[in-house]
Amino acid sequence: MADLSSAAETRASRRRWLLLAPALFILVFAAAGPLLITLLYSFLTPGDYGGVEWQASWQAWFNVVMERDIFDDTLGWSDAHLSIFWRSVKLSLMTTVLCLFFGFPTAYFIATRPKKQRDLWMLLIIIPFWTNLLIRTFAVVELIRAEGTVNTLLIWLGIIDTPIQMLFTEFSILLGMVYVYLPLMVLPLYASMERLDFSLVEAGYDLYATRLKVLRRVILPLVKPGVIAGSILVFVPSLGAYVTPRVMGGGNQLMIGNLIELQFGQGRNWPLGAALSITLLAIVMVALMAYVRAAGNQEPHRV
Amino acid sequence: MVFAQVSGDVEKTITGGTLKVATAISVRNLRKVYPGQPPVVALADASIDIKDNEFFTLLGPSGCGKTTLLRMIAGFEHPTAGSLTMHGENLLELPPYKRPVNTVFQSYALFPHLTVAQNISFGLEMLGKPKAEIRQTVDEMMALVKMTEMADRQTGQISGGQQQRVALARALAPKPRVLLLDEPLSALDFKLRKDMQLELKRLQMETGITFVFVTHDQEEALTMSDRIAVMNAGEIRQIGNPRQIYDQPAERFVADFIGDTNFLPAELIETAGQTATIRLSSGKQIAARAAESGSQKGKVTLAVRPEHASIGPEAEGLLAGTLGEVVYFGTDTHYHVALEDGTGFVVRQQNRPDATAQFSSGDRVGVHFAPGIGQVLKD
Ligand SMILES: Nc1ncnc2c1ncn2[C@@H]1O[C@H](COP(=O)(O)OP(=O)(O)OP(=O)(O)O)[C@@H](O)[C@H]1O
Ligand SMILES: [Mg+2]
Repeated sequence: MADLSSAAETRASRRRWLLLAPALFILVFAAAGPLLITLLYSFLTPGDYGGVEWQASWQAWFNVVMERDIFDDTLGWSDAHLSIFWRSVKLSLMTTVLCLFFGFPTAYFIATRPKKQRDLWMLLIIIPFWTNLLIRTFAVVELIRAEGTVNTLLIWLGIIDTPIQMLFTEFSILLGMVYVYLPLMVLPLYASMERLDFSLVEAGYDLYATRLKVLRRVILPLVKPGVIAGSILVFVPSLGAYVTPRVMGGGNQLMIGNLIELQFGQGRNWPLGAALSITLLAIVMVALMAYVRAAGNQEPHRV
Repeated sequence: MVFAQVSGDVEKTITGGTLKVATAISVRNLRKVYPGQPPVVALADASIDIKDNEFFTLLGPSGCGKTTLLRMIAGFEHPTAGSLTMHGENLLELPPYKRPVNTVFQSYALFPHLTVAQNISFGLEMLGKPKAEIRQTVDEMMALVKMTEMADRQTGQISGGQQQRVALARALAPKPRVLLLDEPLSALDFKLRKDMQLELKRLQMETGITFVFVTHDQEEALTMSDRIAVMNAGEIRQIGNPRQIYDQPAERFVADFIGDTNFLPAELIETAGQTATIRLSSGKQIAARAAESGSQKGKVTLAVRPEHASIGPEAEGLLAGTLGEVVYFGTDTHYHVALEDGTGFVVRQQNRPDATAQFSSGDRVGVHFAPGIGQVLKD
């Protein structure tokens, strides 16, 4: 009797492990594995033609934020890297804030449509997602380049007489990133707003709250999970963005993603690339923890 | 607790000699049509005057437009036509957050992210009251609805009846001139409901706030209200105090909706003022209350309440018939009589210890009711 049940137990547990196997496989080989390799590479010496020499070194980590002057050999902050970090964080934050700014009313608008219309509106938001990122980005380039639609139109209207330089600036990167990541903000916001009980909004008005107060005191606290999820979904990929800053920023407005790519390509400094990747990961983690803690503390309770 | 409620109008009219209570809310030909295929006429030209300090009830079956009317007073819905004033001030120009009315929502609509106390203080904060005053009012309100111990609970952690009381306190805290209540008791069980009915009535009398109360429960309406408006299919069919509504229903719908009623086919012979003379199907004549708007001679319907009729020997009755079911209810007994003209008639008689069961199923019986007790309906 006991043998039988323990045999059944073993079978059951074997089956459970079997079910878990694909997930474990992916976690080990696609997430943990590459991460460990990256970590390992960041402590090695760069090879002459890319790759790594199996020789331990702190040099890559040192070079993340410091550099040795080529002429007088003095130690100093790596201005180039620091400004790229700063630009990345700044642009990602601005992207998140702008996505929230545009995404919130959009999601609210959709959530307040009659039920049948909502799916159609959401479809319109999602459709750009089905198009290749590169193509979408080039579409924006077409709009804002010197001979692009916007400049042509402005000149034709007589508002300006020489094209405005929009492409290859931080503005163009920001524009591209907001455009690309906006759906990631709208989706979770819409999901939480759709669940919002609008009689609570009416209760707010009934209790003498103006529109702005209802937004701040009733709607925002209730859709906060959506705001947090959307902000994370936008901030994290923005910080590591590669394609958009590459296309919209040209060669001179690098973000961390581009800097990392450079090390693995022309720079032939894989350890530095690896160290930068880990740094990016760390920045994301720290930012997320700070954000979630701040957002969670403000209002101690949630349903 | 002092409510700044007894308005100048009232005092003026009292000292002026005639004791006339000022009108709190005046609804004139209010109409609401929801667009659609076909459009829904939720409210068709309703006119009501709700007086100051009144417990006014909107009573009617589901879908008759009660909530629609309430939402228009609160400002959540804009009427298609008509006017709406409060103490002479045009309400339609004001957004909901500027109207001195508060609502107790059917679903309570308590803010789930706030505690009981924070819910109650919400309106006061929005009005920009000083902190000390807010704290004091919130304490008063929590004492009023007996929720003081639960001040810091989340609204999800209290029972339905408690939520209902918090909703009430939240709406009362800003001391509105008019409180709108949309079926606030419908989610409660029987016992709690009875308690809350008394509680509400007490609160209304203590605070002197005008209550506009929505229900589809006729008993609730009769026991609580000063006046009732009976609605059906977007129209107001009758307005009156509970007695008038019950004893002198204006029409068949009202008589049928409020309480149990026997409808008898009859013939109107003549009307003299309030009294009509009618001939029953048995050929006997009797006095009855005339319909308010008067009726043409000829076929009419006479409404007789079961408890206003009695059962006796066939020869003594106004109408004769065969006794069918006899249902014993403890306090009273219901006799179902099949009248000779084919209509059914129910007599409800109180049970007395000395009474002996005189009639049983299958007996020939007579049904009797006093002159002037039946109500002629305009049909
Ligand atoms: N937003 C709306 N759009 C279209 N029709 C509506 C809308 N709101 C209400 N109605 C319709 O208007 C009529 C009156 O509705 P209302 O909610 O006022 O009824 P009610 O008397 O409160 O009923 P209940 O007792 O069931 O709450 C109903 O036929 C309803 O279907
Ligand atoms: Mg309703």
